[in-house]
Amino acid sequence: MAEINTAVAGEKAPAVSGVRRKRSNLLAHPGSAVLKGLVWGAAGITFLVLLFLIGYILVMGIPNLSPKLFAWEYTTENVSMLPAIVTTVMLTGLSLLIAVPVGVFAAIFLVEYAGRQKKLVGIIRLTAETLSGIPSIVYGLFGMLFFVTALHWGLSVLSGSLTMAIMILPLIMRTTEEALKSVPDSYREASFGVGAGKLRTIFCIVLPAAVPGILAGVILGIGRIVGETAALLYTLGSVAKVPGSLMDSGRTLAIHMYSLSSEALYMDQSYATAVVLIVLVLLINWLSAWVAKRVGAKG
Amino acid sequence: MKVVFLLAACTSVLAVALICIFLFANGIPAIGEIGVLDFLTGTKWKPGNDIYGILPFIMGSIYVTAGAIVIGVPIAILTSIFLARYCPKRLYPLLKKATELMAGVPSVVYGFFGLVVLVPVIRQVFDCRGNVMLTACILLGIMILPTVIGVTESAIRSVPESYYEGSLALGATKERTIFRIILPAAKSGVLAAVVLGIGRAIGETMAVIMIAGNQPVMPESLLKGVRTLTSNIVMEMGYAADLHREALIATAVVLFVFILIINLCVSALNRRSEHGGN
Repeated sequence: MAEINTAVAGEKAPAVSGVRRKRSNLLAHPGSAVLKGLVWGAAGITFLVLLFLIGYILVMGIPNLSPKLFAWEYTTENVSMLPAIVTTVMLTGLSLLIAVPVGVFAAIFLVEYAGRQKKLVGIIRLTAETLSGIPSIVYGLFGMLFFVTALHWGLSVLSGSLTMAIMILPLIMRTTEEALKSVPDSYREASFGVGAGKLRTIFCIVLPAAVPGILAGVILGIGRIVGETAALLYTLGSVAKVPGSLMDSGRTLAIHMYSLSSEALYMDQSYATAVVLIVLVLLINWLSAWVAKRVGAKG
Repeated sequence: MKVVFLLAACTSVLAVALICIFLFANGIPAIGEIGVLDFLTGTKWKPGNDIYGILPFIMGSIYVTAGAIVIGVPIAILTSIFLARYCPKRLYPLLKKATELMAGVPSVVYGFFGLVVLVPVIRQVFDCRGNVMLTACILLGIMILPTVIGVTESAIRSVPESYYEGSLALGATKERTIFRIILPAAKSGVLAAVVLGIGRAIGETMAVIMIAGNQPVMPESLLKGVRTLTSNIVMEMGYAADLHREALIATAVVLFVFILIINLCVSALNRRSEHGGN
């Protein structure tokens, strides 16, 4: 567009500089000027809000970070968040252990095998889309009714992990599908050409090439698990101890923060927990951007 | 091995089926017992007296979502126009990452931010309790920004460049081109983004609970407390029993049906925009 403008300007009024031309353009079209202002203003609002949110929490929270917030045992005295961090890691690990193989295999089916079974693929896509739209509290209630009550697992890391696994499944499926699709067909053809079978081609050629894409999806999934509260309140529970086994209840960092801030007593500790959560989210985002960059470099 | 892959692929079907079965099996009997009309249009929620009317929460969810859309969508659409058409090239990766970060911030953190920043501000400015509907609308408006921005931006980018150049060549200004040519061409994508935003706002739980007051009465004004369908479930599930508990699950059924309708709208819109693109 700049080229067109300068070309026109160059023919008609060679003396007028680009900047002045632009300004007179806006003066001649006040409506356009207003719209331009609105666009810049809205973008300003969006990014300033984000900046303010993160800045505010970091500034208010970092002074409240103290060693006793990271004591191994939680007491009402120290309000330690370490048990919550340990639980978060356990829950995330177990959820990924369940969701990643299932999600990757499902995507392999959709991309490599489903070929002509349009109807089945349609149903699977539709349900995956439905899953990704369901609010987390509905997942929480389902987990409570199914894992906690019907299967008698109680409020436990296992119930929570399975609930989270279902929740991130559509995400893993979608990102893996895209990663598999972006592997060029020539890889597959070459592999078949040198005599490899279908399974061997998938596991030794296609999957390794798709790993960065899959990894980016997994990292996004981690982000969702770390930030989740509503789905875990009635499946994982909110006991503030390091769970001794998979059948014990615990609380993740996000639940910990919710409990703290709902009792007005622990404002300082809430700020500190918010800092840890924000830093985790920043780290996760940075990691996924880094992985995505490697994908770009490869392609 | 093919069977294993097939089974894995069917997990999502199984999951949706299980969710439907368990929610409906536990919720529908309660609706029957209370009476469909009494449940959906009753204005009183008094579990102590076995009166379960969820109209206040339905209205609460609708009001709060509408408020979030009114506040969030214009900002989001303008921001995505900025990202797609105005943003300096060097700034773009940074801002793109910023919107992704915004989507990744946990809802408790948003809720906490609302609690310590928005609530006091609203309290001072409007001289009310602070945790009121307006606060929830503003916070949810912020929370749906990344969702709406992401989808709208890709819709705007998918409009063929020739539209843009053609309009400029006819002498239209850049702004006129964007608002009269590009946006109308991206209409169904933008609409899908808005519906997606509605879905997020209506399903949001923790942030709303932390700042909206949660009084179980009909929402009266922007400066009064409000309780949504989602927060009603979380607030009372911890200690509910018998019919009360089933009534809460029935609340989730109503929410679930809302979400299913919204999902159907999104996929219909997506299909339309795909056809439009071709």
